[in-house]
Amino acid sequence: MSQSNQAAAVDHHVHRDDVGAKMGMWLFLFTEVLLFGGMFLAYAVYRFQYPDQFKLAALELDTTMGTLNTIILLTSSLTMALSILALQKKNKFLSIINLVLTIFFAFGFMVNKYFEWSSKFSHDLYPGSETMLNKQDGEIVFFGLYYIMTGLHGLHIIIGIVILLFMLVFVSRGSVTHDNYVKLENSGLYWHLVDLIWIFLFPLFYLIH
Amino acid sequence: MANGTIAVSEKSFYEESTNKHSGILAWLLTTDHKRIGLMYLYTISGFFIVGVILGLLMRLELIAPGETIVSAQTYNTFFTLHGVIMIFLFIVPGLPAIFGNFFLPIQLGAKDVSFPRLNLLSWYVYMIGAVLVLVSLFLPGGPIDTGWTFYIPYSVRTGTNVSLAIFAAFVLGFSSILTGINFVTTVHRLRAPGMGFFRMPLFIWSIYSTAWIQIIATPIIGITILLVILERAFGVGIFDPALGGDPILYQHLFWIYSHPAVYIMILPAMGVVSEIIPTFARRTIFGYKAIAFSSLAIAFVGYLVWAHHMFTSGISDTARIIFSLLTFIVALPSGVKVFNWVATMYKGSIDPKPPLLWVMAFIVLFSIGGLTGLVVGSLATDIHLHDTYFVVAHFHYVMFGGTGTIFFAALYYWFPKMFGRMYNIKLANWGVGLFFVAFNMLYFPKFILGYMGMPRRYFDYLPEFTDLHVISTVGSWLMGITMIIVFGNIFYSAFKGPKAPRNPWGGVTLEWHTASPPPLENFHEIPTVTREPYDFSQLEEMNDESK
Repeated sequence: MSQSNQAAAVDHHVHRDDVGAKMGMWLFLFTEVLLFGGMFLAYAVYRFQYPDQFKLAALELDTTMGTLNTIILLTSSLTMALSILALQKKNKFLSIINLVLTIFFAFGFMVNKYFEWSSKFSHDLYPGSETMLNKQDGEIVFFGLYYIMTGLHGLHIIIGIVILLFMLVFVSRGSVTHDNYVKLENSGLYWHLVDLIWIFLFPLFYLIH
Repeated sequence: MANGTIAVSEKSFYEESTNKHSGILAWLLTTDHKRIGLMYLYTISGFFIVGVILGLLMRLELIAPGETIVSAQTYNTFFTLHGVIMIFLFIVPGLPAIFGNFFLPIQLGAKDVSFPRLNLLSWYVYMIGAVLVLVSLFLPGGPIDTGWTFYIPYSVRTGTNVSLAIFAAFVLGFSSILTGINFVTTVHRLRAPGMGFFRMPLFIWSIYSTAWIQIIATPIIGITILLVILERAFGVGIFDPALGGDPILYQHLFWIYSHPAVYIMILPAMGVVSEIIPTFARRTIFGYKAIAFSSLAIAFVGYLVWAHHMFTSGISDTARIIFSLLTFIVALPSGVKVFNWVATMYKGSIDPKPPLLWVMAFIVLFSIGGLTGLVVGSLATDIHLHDTYFVVAHFHYVMFGGTGTIFFAALYYWFPKMFGRMYNIKLANWGVGLFFVAFNMLYFPKFILGYMGMPRRYFDYLPEFTDLHVISTVGSWLMGITMIIVFGNIFYSAFKGPKAPRNPWGGVTLEWHTASPPPLENFHEIPTVTREPYDFSQLEEMNDESK
């Protein structure tokens, strides 16, 4: 431990500490998990309180769309990981291709989400709508949670797209390279977390009936 | 200055900048943790003064029954803003962001924190949050009037600017999280050679524990606030009972953050106490590891006691008994600290300088606050005292008497190091004395008022409460005068005080090994740590060095 300290202290004048940078990123991801944790808690409480109405409301969701998005997002995690691996192997071109693919999948996810939400809206299923207010309490809460949790997740995807676009610039300009790729790695960590949260959202909303 | 090589780089961090700018831009774009710490000092002190003025106005309103100077609605916004400003803008960021920023890297023997640019960003995020609070005052709809706890359903129903004000709290929380991440990483990565975890000064331990709570607890208030905003904007039904939501769930989520936040406020203060007492008792700290681990224990157990704020909210008896028990347990680590501090002073060579006097005031006030905490922590008495002035008195003793007092202790302890000047000791002693008198006059009557049944947050009261309210209000005037003396002394001395030596108090932690004020990267060479943090046998050697 003291050895690594020393290294960090000595290296500090060039402001580079990859282990530290990753540690900071993990801590940040931890706060993200807790942010979503608050909502998972609310979900658990209300599922316990209104089990039948949650079941009823969940039938309105489109499982096919959800499955498609799950596949898209999982694949994007793969391309993200491949992008980092390619850069480590000094293949800048392949790294960029994989980054572009990841961003492409992210857009695909959002487009899919857009169609899913708008079909709900066209059925008058959104908070405060007339149909919604005539539903039972549990169903209102279900849709409230559905919109908030998938919405906040979608916001994280959008932020992810922005981050990945920056990475694209960094990699192609050569400021993120095979021996200095901690930024790309941290972006990858973020992207995997967003993916992971979806892995939990998907069964909770679409699969449990 | 016999050594010519040292004299070459005698510039302090005031004279050297991390960027190419000069003047105000050198400050606004700085990544130097010391400058950022000072920027926090100026802004946070400013908001503290605003909070004090609001408090004084509230006390003035309460000098007589009925409407005295403001209407009931204005009074509601006063106590809400007083709470929001004092908690989110002053106490939570206060010690970690000011003194943590300034002294954490120095005490670790580092040149800066792990993420200097993130550190500057945290300050800007803090400022954005603060500006949002101010903006929410002047927009149509009027200032927030819910109390700082933003309880549902009123916070969803009221027409005042709740959404913007609580969004400000969200933004401030973000700043707090970023600071926490920065500090945890710094402690793990940037300790000087030889600085093992058990050679870290106890202030670092407390900041480290605090940073963990900031990371673990703050996201919960973040999501809770977002849910309230969405509830107000779209009626999603998560908390609104009319739509199937549960207001009690809001209270749970709110206190899951806001109780640990109490420890965000008090732990750094305890760390400062653990620095000041050894320095002025000229004796190593008693029970170093016990104090270090009790910080972590408080951080952990403090996370499990939130529902003691909800004993009268309608939760089950089982839950109430468990949370009451846990509340008693969290008092233990605090007790460990107090006994260790007192044991440190025993047979020490005590030098009663102003910082130590502040600490002594702290120990008395904080003990009163802590012990009355047990009164409201036990179920039977809490049912009687909940939402009365007893609770108001209790948390002012803990927060203001605890953290507030230590804010001044830290300021008076580290002022010579931060500004390179010395304040007027005699006036400082008067400041502490007046503070102690004013404080008890201001808040002790509230214990009695609460016991007699005066509810909190009321702008009117029964005539039989008048005498105690008058005493309290007069105490608030005395407190106002004290604040002028305490801040005035600092303010004047920052410009006109005599030059301070490198080690005016005879401290031995690393900040006393460098110049006052420190150079840009804190040390001319990274120190190698070979001793325990409070080993006073090195003091003579240090004195020789500085000559």
